[in-house]
Amino acid sequence: MNFLDLIWLIPLFPLAGAVLMLLIGKLLDPQPPSDVAVAPGVEQSEAGPRPANHAHHHPGPLQNLIRIICPGMVLVSFIFSAGAVWQLSHLPNRLHQVIQFTWIAAMPFHMANGHLATFQVDWGFLLDPLSSVMILVVTGVGFLIHVYATGYMAHDNGFYRFFGYFNLFIFFMLMLVLANNYTLLFVGWEGVGLCSYLLIGFYFHKKSAADAGKKAFIVNRVGDAGFVLGMLLMLSVLGTVRFTDVNSALRSGQFPVEAGYGVLTAMALLMFFGATGKSAQVPLYIWLPDAMEGPTPVSALIHAATMVTAGVYMVARSSALFQLTPVACMWVAGIGAFTAIFAATIALVQNDIKRVLAYSTVSQLGYMFVALGVGAYWVAIFHLFTHAFFKALLFLGSGSVIHAMSGEQDMRYMGALKKKIPVTHWTMWVGSVAIAGIPGLAGFFSKDEILWQAFSSPKGSTVLWLVGLVTAAMTAFYMWRLMNMTFYGQSRVKPEVAAHVHESPAVMTWPLIALAAGSVLAGWLGVPKLWSMFGEGFRAFPRWLEPMFALAGTESEHPASTEWSLMILSVAVAAGGISLAYYLYSKRPEIPERMLERARPLHTVLYKKWYVDELYDFLFVNGLGKGGGSAMAEFDRKIVDGSVNGAGWLTRASATLSMWWDTWIVDGAVRFTSFSVKLLSYPACLLESGRVQTYALFVVVGVLAFLGYYVAR
Amino acid sequence: MHPVTTVHYLALSAALLLIGTIGVLTRRNIVIILMSIELILNAVNINLIAFSHAWHNVGGQVFAIFVITDAVAEAAVGLGILIALFRNKETVQADEIDLLKW
Repeated sequence: MNFLDLIWLIPLFPLAGAVLMLLIGKLLDPQPPSDVAVAPGVEQSEAGPRPANHAHHHPGPLQNLIRIICPGMVLVSFIFSAGAVWQLSHLPNRLHQVIQFTWIAAMPFHMANGHLATFQVDWGFLLDPLSSVMILVVTGVGFLIHVYATGYMAHDNGFYRFFGYFNLFIFFMLMLVLANNYTLLFVGWEGVGLCSYLLIGFYFHKKSAADAGKKAFIVNRVGDAGFVLGMLLMLSVLGTVRFTDVNSALRSGQFPVEAGYGVLTAMALLMFFGATGKSAQVPLYIWLPDAMEGPTPVSALIHAATMVTAGVYMVARSSALFQLTPVACMWVAGIGAFTAIFAATIALVQNDIKRVLAYSTVSQLGYMFVALGVGAYWVAIFHLFTHAFFKALLFLGSGSVIHAMSGEQDMRYMGALKKKIPVTHWTMWVGSVAIAGIPGLAGFFSKDEILWQAFSSPKGSTVLWLVGLVTAAMTAFYMWRLMNMTFYGQSRVKPEVAAHVHESPAVMTWPLIALAAGSVLAGWLGVPKLWSMFGEGFRAFPRWLEPMFALAGTESEHPASTEWSLMILSVAVAAGGISLAYYLYSKRPEIPERMLERARPLHTVLYKKWYVDELYDFLFVNGLGKGGGSAMAEFDRKIVDGSVNGAGWLTRASATLSMWWDTWIVDGAVRFTSFSVKLLSYPACLLESGRVQTYALFVVVGVLAFLGYYVAR
Repeated sequence: MHPVTTVHYLALSAALLLIGTIGVLTRRNIVIILMSIELILNAVNINLIAFSHAWHNVGGQVFAIFVITDAVAEAAVGLGILIALFRNKETVQADEIDLLKW
C-alpha cells in the first residue's frame, strides 16, 4: 500500500467519526431527561469542580459502539501516519506533496512591487520530517487520550458529543500539520480553536466553563489577527503561500527587493504574534489556565500535547523566514524565556492540581520558543515531542486523581494517596521525574538540549540560559510540590471523599502506563552529541529533522567540558528543586506555612497570577472594551446622531424657508396676477347682469349707433 | 283721397318695429316679450312685402312666408322654453331670471 499518496486520508478518518457522532450520536447514547431540563447558562447552585449531574448517567448498551468507533478512527489514522512516515524515510529528499485539487482558484493580483501574480491555494498535503513528527504525536498521543477518555467520561452526559468534538479536533489538528500552505494551515488553526472552545465549554451549564471557553476563543482571535496579517503580507511580497515555494524563495534570496529586512521582520513578528495566541505565550497566555475548566482529557490532548504546540510548529515551519530576521528571533527567544520563568513563578503557589499543570505547560511552551528563537528548531520540536508524552501523562494522571477524589481538584485536600492509587502515583512519578529533567527520562534530553543551545548558539546568550536554568529549578520544585501535596505526607482528604477513593479502571490506567513508557523512552531518540558512547541511532531525531532546517553555523565552539559542566549544573538544579520540595512539603510541612505568613504579599501576588487578568480586565475589557464602548456610544450619540439630527434640522429649516418662499413669493405672484385681472375686469362684470332685456337694449343701442353714424355721415 | 303708397307701408312697418322693440325692452312678462318679437317680425314682413310690391319682385313675398314659418317655430320653441322655465322658477318675469351672469 502506498501510504504516501494516501496522506490525504489521514485527517478524514477522525472527520468521519466526528460527523457520525454529531449526526447520530444521540441515538447511540440517549440522554436522561434531566439533562434536557438544565438550561444552558444557568449556573448550578452546587458549583463544584465538576457538575452535579456527573455520575447519575448510566450508559446505554450502544455507548460501547462510540467507545470503539472514535478511538478506532484515530488508531486507523495513526496506522496510516506510521506507514506514510516509514515510506517517507526511504525517499531521498524526504518530502512528499499530495495536491488534491485547487481550493481557491487562480486569481490575479498585483504584488507589492507591481508584478502580476496569481493567488492560488491548493487543497494539498505535505509530508516532510516536521509534519511527520507532528502527525505521529497527534494521532499516537491522541489515540491514547481517546482511550483514556472512554473511561473518564463514562458517566458524563453528552458522551457522544464529547467524542464528536474530540474526533473533530483530531481532524482539524491533522489538517493544520499536514497542510502544504499557510491558508490551509489556517483552516486547521481556526478549526482547533473552535474545538478548543467547544470542549472547554463542554460543561456549558457551568458559567465559569462557558466563560473560559469564550475567553479562550476571544484571546485566540487576537493572535489570529496577527497571523492573518502576516499571511497577507507574505502574499503581497512573495506572491505565494505554499510552504515549498515560500521556503525556496526565502532560502535562495530570490525574493523581490520590496521584501526587505523590515518587511520580513514585520512578517515574522506578525506570525509569531499569532503563535503567542495559540501557544499561550506572553501576552496572550491568559486563556490557557482558564481552559482547565474543560474535562481533563481535553486539557491533556488540546491544552498540553497538541493544539498549544501549533504555534511552535508554525514558527518551525516558517524557519526560513525567521532565519533571515535576527530581530524577530530575538523577540521569539525573549518572549519564550520570559513566559517560561513567569508562568513557573505562578505555578509555584497554585493549589488547583490542574492549574499547576496548566502553568507548567505555558512555561514549557516558553522553553520551546526559546529554542526556536536561538535557531535550534529541531530541539524545539524535540521538546514538543517529549513534552507531549510527559505532559499528557501528567494531565491524565491528575485526571485519574480527580476521578479518585470524586471531583476534588484542590491539592490542599489531598495527600497520602500513594497507597490508594498506586498505578496513578507511579506513572505520575515517572512524568514528574521526566519534566523535572533527571537524566535518563525524556524531559532531560530535550530540556538540556534547549539550555545548551540557549547558551552556545550564536543567537543565544548567558541570560537566556540563566533564565532557563532558574525555570528548570522552579519546574522541579513545583512538580514535586504537586507530587508531595497529592501523594505523600499527611492525608488531608475530606472524610466523605476518603471513603471511596479508588484506582481508575484499566481503560484509564493503560494509557497512563503507555505514556509513562513514552516519557521514559522518547528522549533516547535525541541524546546529547556529547554522549558519544551511544550509537548514531540514539541521535535519530536530530538526524531526521536537521536537514529540513538546513542550518549553518550552529556548531558550537565551546569545549566539551563546558557542556558537561552545564549539564551537571542543570541536573543539580533539578535535583535541588526536587529535594527542596520534598523537604518542605513532606518532611516539614510547617515551614511553607510559616514562609507563607512571612511573605504573604509576595504569595498573594503569585497566587493571583501577578494580577495579569485584573490588568487585562482593567485595560482591555473595562478600559478598551467598556470604556471604548461608552466612548463609542458617546461618539454615536454626539457625532453620528448629531450629524443625522443636524442634517434633519437643516432640511427642516430649509423646507420652512422654501415653504415661506412658495407661500408668499410664488403663490403671491400668482394670486397678485389673478387679483389684478379680477380687479380690472370688474367694470366689465357690471355689464353682465344676466338679464336678457339689458342685452337686447345694448343690441338696440348698438344698432341705433351704427344707424346714427350712417345717417349723420 | 291719397293713395296708399310704399312710404305708408314703410311707416307702418317702422311704427310696428318701434312698438315691438319698446315692448321687448320694457315689458317684464316673457309672454309679452314673445308677442313683441312677433310684432317685430311682422314689421319685417310688411317691409318685405311693401318692397316686393313696389318693385314687382315676388322674392320678397316668398321671404315673408319663410319669416312667418320661422316665427311660428320660434314662438313654439320660445313658449316651450318658457314653460320649462316656469316649472323651475315659478315665474315668467324676465328680470327675475338672471342666472347667466358672471
